[in-house]
Amino acid sequence: MRHEHRSGSLMAAPYALFLLVFAAYPIVFALVLVFLRWDLVTAPSLAGFDNIKMLASDGRFWRAVANTFVFLSIHVPLQIVTALALALALNRKLKFRGFWRASFFLPVVISGAVVAILWSNLYATDVGLINKLLVRLGSSPVPWLTDPNTAMPAIAVMVTWKNVGFYVIIYLAGLQYIPKSCQEAIEIEGASAWQRFRYLTLPSLLPQTILVVTLSTINGFQLFIEPYVMTGGGPLRRTYSVVLYLYTNAFAYQKMGYAATIGVALALIIGAVVLVQRRVIGRAEAL
Amino acid sequence: MKTLRRIGLYAGLAVAALTFIYPFLWMAASTLKSREEFGSMGLIPDHITLDNYRTMWARAPFGRALLNSTMVATTITLSVLVFGSMTAYAMARLRFRGSAALSAATLAVLLVPGQLTLIPLYTLIVQLGWIDTYAALIAPYVFNVTAILMLRQFFLQIPQSLIDAARMDGMSEFRILFTIFWPLSRPVLSIVAIFTFMGSWNEVLWPLLVVRDQQLMTLPQLLTVFALGGGAGSVGVSLASAMVLVVPVVVAYMFLQRNFIESMAGAGIKG
Repeated sequence: MRHEHRSGSLMAAPYALFLLVFAAYPIVFALVLVFLRWDLVTAPSLAGFDNIKMLASDGRFWRAVANTFVFLSIHVPLQIVTALALALALNRKLKFRGFWRASFFLPVVISGAVVAILWSNLYATDVGLINKLLVRLGSSPVPWLTDPNTAMPAIAVMVTWKNVGFYVIIYLAGLQYIPKSCQEAIEIEGASAWQRFRYLTLPSLLPQTILVVTLSTINGFQLFIEPYVMTGGGPLRRTYSVVLYLYTNAFAYQKMGYAATIGVALALIIGAVVLVQRRVIGRAEAL
Repeated sequence: MKTLRRIGLYAGLAVAALTFIYPFLWMAASTLKSREEFGSMGLIPDHITLDNYRTMWARAPFGRALLNSTMVATTITLSVLVFGSMTAYAMARLRFRGSAALSAATLAVLLVPGQLTLIPLYTLIVQLGWIDTYAALIAPYVFNVTAILMLRQFFLQIPQSLIDAARMDGMSEFRILFTIFWPLSRPVLSIVAIFTFMGSWNEVLWPLLVVRDQQLMTLPQLLTVFALGGGAGSVGVSLASAMVLVVPVVVAYMFLQRNFIESMAGAGIKG
């Protein structure tokens, strides 16, 4: 008994220490930093509510938040539709099923930095692969990343492409839980393929859809490397993301207090958005 | 009608698969093309040249970055496996003071988004004097909360009789963990190993904050700095440098794709 207590404490002690230093302290200190001005060179000074006031009226911050919502309004629905379509295709009796699944999942294992560099080239106005294809099909080239109206949608499509394989796996897992007997019953009733999808498959996949919405929303708020590499936040700050703004404040302007304030605000916004989404989806289910 | 629909399904799947694979094939092919030919849609260059690779290797320390990335990701993975297992074993199978508090803290940490702690962690590293050290790249990742929860879940299912018998033989808890639990836990250990290694291998934001010396940069960081700073000079060169990061991953993925999918999808759902 005493031996068990001692071994347990001994084995868990490094983790407890880690939590204290790299989780508890940063969480507490983030809240302290909100009330400080600190450039890391001179001693920190008290800022009172200055950081919060500044954030409330900071057009650049709210621009970044608005950009994120533009990103999400394209990314989340597109992610659901493409992931669901691919999962439904994969859920049939197929030859080379492993190959199809592995090819959809490939971009998930590749670094976001590489994907961003690669797609900067695919999107390039004159030499990009996508525009070359468009020109060959008889259309004129589109300045994807340099037009303020197409830059964020272009990034949203790219991120959807990168992550879809991950969400396909989630939907596939959900599809396997739909009982065979339900499928047979609804077929005997004479339901069309669309009706089967609308009244059996889609409602059964609600937990997976909630997961996809939540995870892709959180992911959207973490957007950083894509605008950093592809657009630098431009054109006209239309692709500036919250994390990129946080990074710039910390790294380029040395404003630790303000950067931490952005971090805290972002955490609160993420929490609020995810909560609202769950409510809305939950209500839709009741209908 | 039925065969027609079958053909449609396979055609659709082929187009989808091509959409995911072709950009990477094009990238690989482009790095072998000359400056004049760069940007052509085809996959087979008229003249194969290694100039892009020579330039890339000469202009920035990519060999060193490959070494840094491998070292950092391996250290983090080993640490997450060894120390994470110890923690998970204690939480799952041992009674000790503070065990309930530790579980509660673990779940709480899971709810806090990384952006909240990013800046305080950065100032902590600055104050410790760890800017431009391996410690800065490794220390915040030596434990992984998702890994601990997955390991604990698995350890809970191993029969108590094995522990009791081993204790009768006078085995220490450490030996029970590493000689009895570990061999039984290979599936979950490989899942944890893959997502931990990949997470570290692909991470770019944290290194961008805490490392400025080129000699200490990890691959994704050096690649980003090199491509953005204009050091690459041409797109072919920056894509060639991206290949250093991609090729090891794709080779591993081809052999272990089922494990990769299970690991990276599973960690995302549980994490």
